[in-house]
Amino acid sequence: MKSTLLVGALLTAMTATSALAQAIKLADVAELSGGGATVGTNWKNGIDLAIEEINAKGGVLGRKLEVTHADSQSNPGVARAQVQKALDAEPYVLLGPGYSGSVKVTAPLAAEAGIAQIMGGEAAELTQAGNKFLFRTSFGQQSSMPKVAKYIHDEMKAKTVAVVWVNNDFGRGGRDVVVKELDRLGSKVVADLSTEAGQADFAADVGKIKAANPDAVFVYLNEEESARILKELKRQGVTAPLMGETTLIGQKVIELAGDAANGARGHVGLTTDAPVDLIKAFREKFSKKYNYVPDHNGLKGYLAVYMVKATTEKMGKVDPKKFADTLHGLTIKAADEPGILMDVTFSDTGDIDRQSFLVEVVEGKQVVKQVLPKVK
Amino acid sequence: MSNLFDLLVAGLATGAIYALVAVGFTLLWQTSQTINFAQGEFVMLPAFLMLAAMHVGAPFWLAIILGILLSMILLGLAFKLLLVDPMMRHGVLPLAIATMALAIGIKEAVKQFFSAEASPFPSIVPTGDISILGHAVSLQSIGVLVVAILAVLGLTTLLNRTSLGHQMQAAAQNPTVARIIGVPVERMILLTFLINAFLVALASLLITPIYLAKFSSGEVLGQAAFIAAIVGGFNQVRGAIAGGLLIGVLDNLAAAYVSTQYRAAVPMIFLIAVILFRPQGLLGRAEERTV
Repeated sequence: MKSTLLVGALLTAMTATSALAQAIKLADVAELSGGGATVGTNWKNGIDLAIEEINAKGGVLGRKLEVTHADSQSNPGVARAQVQKALDAEPYVLLGPGYSGSVKVTAPLAAEAGIAQIMGGEAAELTQAGNKFLFRTSFGQQSSMPKVAKYIHDEMKAKTVAVVWVNNDFGRGGRDVVVKELDRLGSKVVADLSTEAGQADFAADVGKIKAANPDAVFVYLNEEESARILKELKRQGVTAPLMGETTLIGQKVIELAGDAANGARGHVGLTTDAPVDLIKAFREKFSKKYNYVPDHNGLKGYLAVYMVKATTEKMGKVDPKKFADTLHGLTIKAADEPGILMDVTFSDTGDIDRQSFLVEVVEGKQVVKQVLPKVK
Repeated sequence: MSNLFDLLVAGLATGAIYALVAVGFTLLWQTSQTINFAQGEFVMLPAFLMLAAMHVGAPFWLAIILGILLSMILLGLAFKLLLVDPMMRHGVLPLAIATMALAIGIKEAVKQFFSAEASPFPSIVPTGDISILGHAVSLQSIGVLVVAILAVLGLTTLLNRTSLGHQMQAAAQNPTVARIIGVPVERMILLTFLINAFLVALASLLITPIYLAKFSSGEVLGQAAFIAAIVGGFNQVRGAIAGGLLIGVLDNLAAAYVSTQYRAAVPMIFLIAVILFRPQGLLGRAEERTV
C-alpha cells in the first residue's frame, strides 16, 4: 500500500514537471516606454489576452502558451539587445517589435537563429530584403499606400496634395510609396514636409501647409505627433481634407486630439470599429479586461498569438524550424480559427492579404465608410 | 507674407511660454545662485498635478487652483528646504548636479505613477479664430500671449513698484547690507522660489494643451528656456523675457525657412554666437546682480 502511494506521488510529480516543461515559450519585445509606448502597451495587452483565452481552452496541441515581455524603450539599439537576449532563451516564436526601425535591426538576428518573427512594423522595405522568417500582422506600406493614393485622387478629387511625414524608417517608407503613386495618378505634391519623431511644436510645418494651399493633406506620423499636428491644423484653421493611415485616426489619437481629430480620414488595415462580429467581440473582451478601448496595435498583438496557434495546429506539432515554411502561403479562415478575426493569406515574403477599411472620425468616433475587399 | 505673419504669431506664443520659464531661471540665479536644471520638469509636473486633481473629481477651474498651490508647495517650498538649502553650502556645482538628479527623479516618478503615454489636457482658451489686420489668428495663440504678458507685467510691477519688490532687489544685490538695514533676506529668497513655482505652473497650464501631458515633455522646454535665459542675459528678468520671445520666433522661422531637421541647431548656433560676442547676454550687464 505504502509503495503504491509512493509510486503514485512520484508519477504525479513527474507529470507536473513534464507539463511545465511542455509549455510553449514565446518571447515578446515591444515599445513599452518611450515614444512608442501606446503602440507597445496595446500590442502587449493583445498578446496577453490571446494567451489567456487559448490557455483557458486547453492551449495549443494540449500545451500551454507562455510569454516573456521585454521593453525596447522605443529605441532600435535597445530593441536589438533585448531581441538577442530573448533569442538566447530559444523561444518558439519571437513577437514584436512594433516600430519598423526596431524590426529592421532585429530581423537579421531572428533569421540567423532560424526563429520566426511576427511583428507590427509596416515599413515597405521590411519584407523586401528576402528574410524568410519575418511575418507581418498588418499591411505593409506597399499594399496600403496605393489604396491611399487612389482614394486621395479618385474620391477626394485632390489635384494638389501636401505630404507630411515623420523622418524615420516608417515615415520615409510610406512617403516614398505614396508620393510615387500620387505622381503616377496625376496628383501634384505641392509640399513635401519631413518632421522629427517626438516633435512637440508643429506651428511652422502647418504654416508651410497653409502657404501651399493644397486640395488635401496626407499626414503620416506616429500617434502622439499625429495628435499634435491635428490640433495645430485646427488652431491655424487649415480646412483642406486630411487623409492618413491608421496612425492618424487611431483611438489614442482621437483621445489626445479631441475635436481636432473630427473629419480626418484614414485607410485602416485593422480597426476595432470594423463591422465584423469577431472584432466587436474582441473589442468587448479587451475593454473589459484593461478598462480602455484598444487600438489596432491591440488587434495586431492578439492576431500574432493566433497566427502561432493556427500555424502550429496546421503542422500538428511544435516545430520552430518548420514554422516559417508552414506559414508562408497559408490561408487561415476565421470560420476555422475565430481568433484570427478575418480571413487572411500570407505571401511567400511574409506580407498579408486581408480586407481593409476606409475610416473617418465623426464626433470623436471611428466610422467605417467603406470596406475594401481582399486583393486575391 | 501671410505665412511670415502666422509664423511670428505662433513663435511669439511659444516664446512667451519660454519667457515665463526663463524668468524663473534668472530669479533663482539672482537670489540664491541656483541653476535649476530641473526647470523643464518643473513645467511638466504641474499639468500632471492638475490631471490628478481632475481624476479625483475636481472641476477644471479647481484643478488649476489646486495644481498651482501644490506646485508652489512642492516646487517652491519643498524644493528650497529639502534640496537647495542642504546642497547650497557645498557650492553651485553640486547643487546644479543635484537639480539634474531631481529632473530624472521627477520624470521617472511621473512615468511610474501616470504611465509613459501622453495624455490630453484641456485648454483654458477656447478654439477658434479672430481676424487681426486681415489675418486669421487663433484664440489659443492670443490667449497664451495675453496670459504670459500679464504674468510678466505683474512680476515687473511687483519687483519695481512695491516695497516687497525693492526688498527682493536688495536681497539679491547685496544680501549682507540688506540684512543690516532690516530686510528679511531668507524670506525674500523663499518668495522668489514661490514665484518661480507659480510661473512654471502657469507655463504648464498654457503649453500642455499643445504639447500634451507627457513625462518627457520638460526636456525640450527646459533646454529652450535655459538658452533663452543665457541669450537674453542670465542676470536680468527683462533679458529672460526678450530671450524667450526671440528663441520662440527663431525656432519657428528656422523650422520654416532652414529645415525641420536643423531647427534645434539654429538656437544653439545663436547661443554660441552670443556667448562669443556678448557673454553677458543681449540685455544683461556684466557682473551685476539684480532682479
